[in-house]
Amino acid sequence: MTGIIDIVHAEYNYWIYTALMMIGFYAMIAKKNLIKKIIGANIFQTAIFLFYISLADITGGTAPIIWEGHEDVIYTNPVPHCLILTAIVVSVSTTAVALALIIRIYREYGSIEEDVILAARKSLQPEFSEYARQKGGEE
Amino acid sequence: MIWILDITMMLFLVIGAIAAITIKDLLSAVVILSGYSLIMAIVWVEMHSVDVGFTEASVGAGITTVLFIATLARTEGRSED
Repeated sequence: MTGIIDIVHAEYNYWIYTALMMIGFYAMIAKKNLIKKIIGANIFQTAIFLFYISLADITGGTAPIIWEGHEDVIYTNPVPHCLILTAIVVSVSTTAVALALIIRIYREYGSIEEDVILAARKSLQPEFSEYARQKGGEE
Repeated sequence: MIWILDITMMLFLVIGAIAAITIKDLLSAVVILSGYSLIMAIVWVEMHSVDVGFTEASVGAGITTVLFIATLARTEGRSED
């Protein structure tokens, strides 16, 4: 029992990262609103960034900046920092593209709710729903 | 790593994430997401990755919020779930 408590106490940021990732994943899958899906994707991405940054941290280490006259200082690992610096920029780009697509979808269908959009699609394309019915996919 | 500050900030992170995906008003959800990004930046600076913390505070809490609010101005501000 003390083993489990030690693991939870020593590596709590991994548990928090897993919880945040599951929250974001749930929002991406279960929420009907498109903006809510993008918020979930953002939470998912920052959870993975948190995992990498806590992987790089060393107990007793300092920020990886050269300190003249203190050559015996331990630095944290700077390589995951560089990876995550790139990934943050990629994440804001994907968010911007997704939001632009949401604006376009709203102009086309007049809603950002997924079920409303799917119903409008079905009424707009009767041959598509006929095809789906024959295939036994939907309805 | 000051672990009591760390664990408090991480509890705030989980609360902020749950609040951001459950609240029905989308503008409030986006503002809560901005606060979540700022707390995440504080956690990273406290984990000695200062460059990532700076970038997250400017890009994650700044530009992403501006993009979300610009989208909300062009679409609806209300969510069904």
